[in-house]
Amino acid sequence: MITKRIIPCLDVKNGRVVKGTNFQGLQDVSSPVELGKYYSSCGADELVFYDITASAEGRKLFTDILKEVASCIFIPLTVGGGINTLEDFDRVLKCGADKVSVNSGAIKNPQLVKEASEKYGAQCVVLSVDIKRVDGEFKVFAKGGRENTGLEAIEWIKKCVALGAGEVVVNSIDTDGVKQGFDIQMLKAVRNAVNVPVIASGGAGNAQDFIELFTQIPDIDAGLAASIFHFGEVEIPKLKKLLNKNNIQVRL
Amino acid sequence: MLAIVDYGVGNLFSLSSSLKYSGIASVITSDASVIEKSDRIILPGVGAFKDAINKLRQSGLDKVILKEAEKGKPIMGICLGMQLLFEKSYEYGEHTGLGLLNGEVIPMKGKMPSQLKIPHIGWNKLETKRENEILKYLHSGDYVYFVHSFFVEGENENAVAVTDYGLSVTAAVAKNNIYGCQFHPEKSGEVGLSILKAFNEISI
Repeated sequence: MITKRIIPCLDVKNGRVVKGTNFQGLQDVSSPVELGKYYSSCGADELVFYDITASAEGRKLFTDILKEVASCIFIPLTVGGGINTLEDFDRVLKCGADKVSVNSGAIKNPQLVKEASEKYGAQCVVLSVDIKRVDGEFKVFAKGGRENTGLEAIEWIKKCVALGAGEVVVNSIDTDGVKQGFDIQMLKAVRNAVNVPVIASGGAGNAQDFIELFTQIPDIDAGLAASIFHFGEVEIPKLKKLLNKNNIQVRL
Repeated sequence: MLAIVDYGVGNLFSLSSSLKYSGIASVITSDASVIEKSDRIILPGVGAFKDAINKLRQSGLDKVILKEAEKGKPIMGICLGMQLLFEKSYEYGEHTGLGLLNGEVIPMKGKMPSQLKIPHIGWNKLETKRENEILKYLHSGDYVYFVHSFFVEGENENAVAVTDYGLSVTAAVAKNNIYGCQFHPEKSGEVGLSILKAFNEISI
């Protein structure tokens, strides 16, 4: 049967991998190509490359780097950041991406999810959602977590899955960067609402948090994290062995 | 030289990169004479069966592939490319394939236990059914990466490896000089690269 996936996420700005805490205070970590190769060889099940550059120049640089990464990484590659049109899908798919993640682009134009799904297949379209609790309700945030869209998160996710999103990445702003564990309550709510794969993001601080995730929500599909992998606080080969020991099926 | 058949479906960047990384010289081509001169052929494919087989026929590349197959040249289909090698597919209608392998491609929907998600996407375990040179570097229990909604049943006479997704799914096929993988070797890490290497080492 299909294994649970462990996914490192690489935020790329001006050709370098960065990762902030609560989306602020970015810190340079390493080269995307070197980190990508490292993860690919140490048992990561998939890589996510996120372009957090705003300028056209930065976008061009990102595309070049993406091509370089894709030519030496032979595991599935998901690319996001700045995806607003079908042309953006086309641009990153031609560079070797297997899946494309949409976030603000879908909020601006939900039809993008439908059109991309019809053109490239649902397996190619990943909905990424930044969610924060506001007065006890799950709200969708845009612009890297800075702007409350007012959209209710579960309804928004259901709508996008109906439009053709084949997978959902749930990033809890409330737990992101805090390293106190995944947002189990939020993830359960999403998991119960849709029947496509759901990827948990935001909050992992150690290996135990992944065990907790897959034990508390047995039908969650994957756990995603960034800095704890980049800084070696959690080593993927050790993590996967530990998961296996806890009867969680992973690719060893 | 290995020829990757380009008939206008799917992105061949990863496949071509993985061959290059493995030190295998390849060319992406839609030119019949290049395919005829090659020493082995990969038939890739993503998307819909009907669209793909129509494109192969319109370009006349179906006949080129069949002729090369008859000569005994090693040919490997990947994902939809593997499905095209079979006689028939029931993907949204009924379509004839290249007919190099006996069997049919059928929908997972309605066949698999209902709690399983379709498409079948992710890393799943290979179980070797029969020894074959294409699997020579593999160990039973190795994981490979799948993305598909239609499949060939694991009981198929040509299946050399299967995977379990509620029921037995054909993962790799081999019959004489004809080979195929339902999974994506170019996305399956070292295990996948070893399959491409094994295919390249099949003696002509």
